[in-house]
Amino acid sequence: MIPLSWYLILSGLLFLIGLLAVLIRRNAIGILMGVELILNAANINLLAFWRYLYGYNGDLRGQVFVIVIFVVAAAEAAVGLAMIISAYRRKNTIVANDIDLLKG
Amino acid sequence: MSAQQFFFIVTAFVILFSAMMTVLSHKMMHSALWFVLALLGVAVIYALLEASFFAVVQVLVYVGAIAILIIFSVMLTRKAMEDTGSPVNKTWVLSLVIVLLTTVGGFLAFRTWGALKAFPADLLPVHYDIGELGLALVDPERFALPFEVTSILLLAALVGAIYIAFGRKEDNQ
Amino acid sequence: MNLLSLPLLVWLLPLPPLAAFALIVLFLNRSKRASHWTALAGAGLSFIGAMVLFFKAVRIPELAGNPIGSTINWLPTGATWLKIGTVVDPLTAIMLFFVAWTVLMIFIYSIGYHNYGQPAGKNDVPGLPPHGAEISDHGHSRHVPSVEPMYSRFFALISLFAFAMYLLVVSDNLLTLYIGWEIMGLCSYLLIGFWYAKDSARKAAVKAFITTRIGDVFMLLGIAALYSFTGTLNFREVFGNPATMQALTETLSPVFGLSWAGLIGLLIFIGTIGKSAQFPLHVWLPDAMEGPTPVSAMIHAATMVSAGVYLSIRFFPLISAGWHPGEALTPVMTILAVIGAFTALFAATIAVAQNDVKRVLAYSTISQLGYMIAALGIGAYAAAAFHLFTHAFFKALLFLGSGSVIHGMEHGSLHSSEHVDVQDMRNMGGLARKMPITFWTFVAGALALSGFPLVTAGFWSKDEILSGAFNSANLAVFITLAVAALLTAVYSARQITLVFLGKPRTASAENAGENKPVMTLPLVVLGFFAIAAGWIGIPHNFPIIGKLSTGWLQEFLGSMLQFEAEVEGHSSIPLMTSLVVSLGGLLIGWLLYRSVKKADQPDPLQWGLGPVFGLLRNKYWIDEFYQLVFIKPALWFAENVSYLFLDKKLIDGVIHAIGKAGLWFGSVLRNAFDLPVINGAGDGLAKGTKTSGRLFNRLQNGKIQHYMGLAVLFLVITGIIVIYYAVAF
Repeated sequence: MIPLSWYLILSGLLFLIGLLAVLIRRNAIGILMGVELILNAANINLLAFWRYLYGYNGDLRGQVFVIVIFVVAAAEAAVGLAMIISAYRRKNTIVANDIDLLKG
Repeated sequence: MSAQQFFFIVTAFVILFSAMMTVLSHKMMHSALWFVLALLGVAVIYALLEASFFAVVQVLVYVGAIAILIIFSVMLTRKAMEDTGSPVNKTWVLSLVIVLLTTVGGFLAFRTWGALKAFPADLLPVHYDIGELGLALVDPERFALPFEVTSILLLAALVGAIYIAFGRKEDNQ
Repeated sequence: MNLLSLPLLVWLLPLPPLAAFALIVLFLNRSKRASHWTALAGAGLSFIGAMVLFFKAVRIPELAGNPIGSTINWLPTGATWLKIGTVVDPLTAIMLFFVAWTVLMIFIYSIGYHNYGQPAGKNDVPGLPPHGAEISDHGHSRHVPSVEPMYSRFFALISLFAFAMYLLVVSDNLLTLYIGWEIMGLCSYLLIGFWYAKDSARKAAVKAFITTRIGDVFMLLGIAALYSFTGTLNFREVFGNPATMQALTETLSPVFGLSWAGLIGLLIFIGTIGKSAQFPLHVWLPDAMEGPTPVSAMIHAATMVSAGVYLSIRFFPLISAGWHPGEALTPVMTILAVIGAFTALFAATIAVAQNDVKRVLAYSTISQLGYMIAALGIGAYAAAAFHLFTHAFFKALLFLGSGSVIHGMEHGSLHSSEHVDVQDMRNMGGLARKMPITFWTFVAGALALSGFPLVTAGFWSKDEILSGAFNSANLAVFITLAVAALLTAVYSARQITLVFLGKPRTASAENAGENKPVMTLPLVVLGFFAIAAGWIGIPHNFPIIGKLSTGWLQEFLGSMLQFEAEVEGHSSIPLMTSLVVSLGGLLIGWLLYRSVKKADQPDPLQWGLGPVFGLLRNKYWIDEFYQLVFIKPALWFAENVSYLFLDKKLIDGVIHAIGKAGLWFGSVLRNAFDLPVINGAGDGLAKGTKTSGRLFNRLQNGKIQHYMGLAVLFLVITGIIVIYYAVAF
């Protein structure tokens, strides 16, 4: 039997790798991929908790949450990629750090 | 170690390795493909967790839609990123440190939590039924509201994405 | 005290002129008419009060024993009070009489003298004597005298002067007397220097003030000595207390072996030397003729110099402490006699050689005051007071008469447009026909001055003095005074002859005219007194007439003393001497000067006396001597020691050093504290804000990964803190 901690460790490490991607990757699309990894890690976490602590009761809250996260991730990916494309059209670059119009 | 555990460890390694390669690849295409592999690995985990519906949805949505979107975007922006050097930015050391801190901190914080050692109970057969989930989603006393809200979110995202992608294009011309 | 009681009247007596002074100075000085009426009202009210007091006082028997007066507590001095008060005893009553009359007459005279009613001159400036206005009359213009520009100021000042004199006369203690004394000194300074734009007037004013000041210093020492010895300054408490008098007479002071009484008397007498212009402090009085003539009349005849003699008369008990008639004189009395007699002769010799009509009278005043002092010195108390009384009248008359002469000469000078010195007697002559009233009153005064027998007041008082000197066997004094009387007659006759008799020697004298009644009326009044004032003092032992009189004045005044001061003598030598010197002197003077026909003719006496005449004319060169010996060294000292050394080097040095120290300290504070700390703090705050702002600016570099990294970092830190605390607690 797999203890819960293994799933949690996995989701945690995946989260951290995704975070690394967000912070390190120069390419904007790479950053987006990192975000997707983070969301996936969250999903694993949620489903693990559902299965181990709540599932045998018929409590479906974990699953619904995961569905919502799926939807959100998809929407976000779509919109994000649209923005990256349009920013690319404007500035001709997808290096995130080069788009610094918000510089103070 | 049982077969389940072995299987789990292998899958976990695959996921983590793919994720690392996503981060560290020089070429965007390679990075996207490693990403796909990571997502597939996650689907396997879902299956291990007896959330079979989600495993399928994962493949359908993530791999089938999102990953494809990403690959399309990579192809559309290929000119910009051809061999422009390092995939990581200048401050990767600091970020690595921060991330490691977070990791270590997180693990240290929760190591004494008792439920970590929990084992799953058996599911009743009714809980295998996906129809349960469907009914729950439309039941006004249960999860109808989040369902509807999510649909609206999707709608908004749809409209927004089209607008952003479209409108700019007209401006440019 | 009920409202109309006599003691209250005595207190009120000095006040009307003071009120007049205040009113003129503060409110009325723009209107000439208001000023002179106010001044006249002040003098008039005091005159009425003085007359009332006099006539009431002479009716009181034993006035000396219980005089009218009162005292009040003034300054608290420890356990006791310093009292001030007023007293009207026989001496005061006599003084009040002549002060009131002469002051009032002089006030009235001044209205005319300063040409009230005449137009203002075009070139008249305040500070210079007015020199005529032009008025055009039927086509041709003529010069007339113009009104004095500082008219109101004059009346204000003489009102203040009158206040001071009244205050001095009614005082019963040395303190208020000294106050009046000093105010008179101030007024004489202001009035001698009335025409302040004239350099000579300014110098004369300062000379008068400083010379009298020298006397005043010693007088103040005397006052202090008296107070410290007896604890009081009140006359009655000192003189009327036999125990005090005895203590004063018998205790020896540390100075010259004099008794305390003698020392105090001597010091007070030195004040008199200054104020009454005795030798050696006489030098101010001739120069004081720079003031307008009413001032000369008032100050130098009627009031101020008389105040000096009054003071000595008042202090006779101290001066003569331990003396009785017939004995040898006390040392102080000897000093008085010597100085008085010497001054009398000395001044008379100078008067004979003067050409300015007022200078003659000035030296004459000095000489007559010497008479009074000499009389006091030999113990003839009543005679001295009597001569003071009569002298005030005829000397004031003579001064006002000379003013009238000068005024007429000025009128003549303007009329004939001739520029001569209108005060020089050599330019006058024949004015008897031109100015009759002035002539006859002047003659009355001059005869009184010479001691013309029987009909003039001066005869009776001078005769008293001479007989007193003879009968008390002070022959040196007698002879000196007799010679002085001879010279007095000579210069009086000289004056009358040169001014009034003969023919006019210049066009100004030719065109001189009599003055208005406002000026001649006071002359007539004073002339009356010059003649009649002596009849109250005809002594008993005078042949024929003496039996008819009561010798009232001698008795009245004699009651002031504790002993019989008059020595009865029966020799007729003094009387004979009086007659001879007075008539003979008049004759000599007339004979010598009737031959002077031209203005620039040399003086007949010059031929007779030769170089001595030069000595006399130049006043024995005493002024020059004082200038060399006292004034120049004092000026040198003031300039070099006080000013250059003490003031500039020491005091200024200290002040500059303090200034520099202050500046240094200020700069230290500025550079060491203000600039670095305070400025630094402010600047630092601004710079710090700027720097920190710039620092924080780098946080916002627009790079989202940067933001994201920071967010995670802070999340981690917060998480650590929260979990640490959550775990800890």
